[in-house]
Amino acid sequence: MALRFEVLGRFNRARAAQLTLPHFVCQTPLFMPVGTQGTIKGLATDQLEEIGCQIILGNTGWKANAPNTRGIYSNPNIIMALDDVVKTTITGPRIEEAMYRTLRWIDRCIAAHKRPHDQNLFGIVQGGLDPVLRDICVRGLVDRNLPGYAIGGLAGGEDKDSFWRVVAQCTATLPKDKPRYVMGVGYPLDIVICSALGADMYDCVYPTRTARFGTALVPEGVLKLKHRAMAEDTRPIDPTCACMVCKNYTRAYIHSLVTKDAMGSQLLSFHNLYYMMQLSKNLHSSIVQGKFPEFVCNFLQKMVKCVMV
Amino acid sequence: MKFAVKAWSNGRARAGILHLGTSTIDTPSLLLSTRKGLPHFISPDLLSCLPSPESRLLHVSPLHFLEGLSMKTISKIGGLHQLLGLHDHCFVSVPRDSIQCLPEANSTNKIGASFETPCGRLLIKPVEYMEMISSTRPELWATLADEVPAWVSDKRNKTSVDRTIKWLDECISLSPASGAVFGAIVGGSSLEERRRCAQEVATRNVSGYWVGGLGLGESMDERPALLNAVIEALPEEKPRLICGLGLPEEILQGIAAGVDLFESTYIYHLTLGGFALTFPLDRTQINALNLAPSDVGSDPRKINLRATVFRKDTMPIVEGCTCYTCRNHTRAYINHLLNVHEMLAQILLEIHNTHHFLGFFRLIREAINAGRFEEFRKEFVQRWR
Repeated sequence: MALRFEVLGRFNRARAAQLTLPHFVCQTPLFMPVGTQGTIKGLATDQLEEIGCQIILGNTGWKANAPNTRGIYSNPNIIMALDDVVKTTITGPRIEEAMYRTLRWIDRCIAAHKRPHDQNLFGIVQGGLDPVLRDICVRGLVDRNLPGYAIGGLAGGEDKDSFWRVVAQCTATLPKDKPRYVMGVGYPLDIVICSALGADMYDCVYPTRTARFGTALVPEGVLKLKHRAMAEDTRPIDPTCACMVCKNYTRAYIHSLVTKDAMGSQLLSFHNLYYMMQLSKNLHSSIVQGKFPEFVCNFLQKMVKCVMV
Repeated sequence: MKFAVKAWSNGRARAGILHLGTSTIDTPSLLLSTRKGLPHFISPDLLSCLPSPESRLLHVSPLHFLEGLSMKTISKIGGLHQLLGLHDHCFVSVPRDSIQCLPEANSTNKIGASFETPCGRLLIKPVEYMEMISSTRPELWATLADEVPAWVSDKRNKTSVDRTIKWLDECISLSPASGAVFGAIVGGSSLEERRRCAQEVATRNVSGYWVGGLGLGESMDERPALLNAVIEALPEEKPRLICGLGLPEEILQGIAAGVDLFESTYIYHLTLGGFALTFPLDRTQINALNLAPSDVGSDPRKINLRATVFRKDTMPIVEGCTCYTCRNHTRAYINHLLNVHEMLAQILLEIHNTHHFLGFFRLIREAINAGRFEEFRKEFVQRWR
């Protein structure tokens, strides 16, 4: 196995861990930004390091086009098995078909995997919103003794009540000593909830995509920089944020850039990713320090205040 | 602001030192073009990877801020340095921005200068322009001018000179306590009008001169005479700034005439087009360059990274280039980014192109200091003809 997963602290089902991979070490819970075309939209490698990004997702589609590119994408430490994903909003036999196919394909992936010594093949749990199917899939993947597991097929439009139940079920039955990666999550609140339920890793395009639409992530929820009121607001996006953007720029200036100049997207993407990495760090450290419930209450209070206004 | 000429070469070309804000910059020098104060693509935290202090001069058009940011708010924030979080850089404000705020000579009238901008056509009065200057507080700014293209009538051209001088006086009378002022000189393609304007402006109390109205339709052949007509009338010890000259040959032309500071959109257009500068900056590279007849038709000064020939090219844009892009990425990666329309392509290209073009200016300064500018210029023009 090419990874070591060491749990450093717990609170109920939540865990803070150290994940050691061939090239580096990182802490979980961990958010991983998405670099679809071999780049996090508008950010350079140095900036990602500054933000504290530790793992980046690279979808495989683009690799066919650029086989010789150097840099962070040329040597994945974690590879996801090919699975059969279906929308959670559908019903019927297709879901079961997809789940069994996913199990058959994991065997083919394992057989074809040439580098188990330095690359980790993660299996992906499918089964829609059906607890019976999910259970079969979890057992099937656990039998294969993989280095890590992902909970897939969610974050696709299902209602939150169904979403958290599936995550809770999977985290209850997946091995405790291996990382769990909830794919496509997501909103900061969802990450906090899933971490409380025992998940460790997350990926989502949300922070960077919403940045390109002029929306910043803040403790109170979101801040829409496009709004006319921002034009006179000389405060930073988030006074409690230590990122380069919040240290140097006012809401008014960012407002003048968003949706009109590429620089607006860049600056907001930078801030939003920084926010997500800070969230990851805070989740990790609050669990290690035994202050997880306080952290979650604090987090929720700030967000809910905004909703009630 | 302080400026002193240090060396001359072959007539009017000169090397100097400019003290502006907290920076000391060797001239001839390039002003980087910006949009709302920041580079078009290079993120502010990556600006420090450009050579310093040469990269510290930023051209800002105050008109950019009319789209979405009031002068009152900029004032409240404290001016450009605070607004942009760039405390080590120097801002040079010229109303015209050769990319998006182009002078609209047909709509300019005695009240103000008209510009075609992303917020539509705007008429800027001298008092409004000075309000922008007072709010943004650049280290250096040019007075408002009536810039006309090369093909206007003599009458229109003469009017533009009269107006520009009148507005110069108005701007100076409204001028804030800080910030060095450059007097604007226009005159279209008329040698007499150019001379007349320069002579008038030379009598005003300004720290330097902005040669306006060029890069608006005159040919490269006409330009030297026009430049000379202006420069001849100006005192030698004050710096001269010009906008709208882009190509390396045009820069060389400007330097030969005695210009010290250049604002150019060359880098922006190269970057948008997916081009990267590759002409050699090293004497040994220049000597090693072997242009066989079969190279006629290709352009060894720059490469078009969209071309499929770069799909698997694992070389950096220029081998040995120390810019962030060449140290970290390959031609193949940029080719890929361009093909999938990722904005990182423009960021990386703007970094390299700026770095490379600043290197070109460094070569020019070396040549002037060594007294062989004309030789350098002839060689450069000849090689790339």
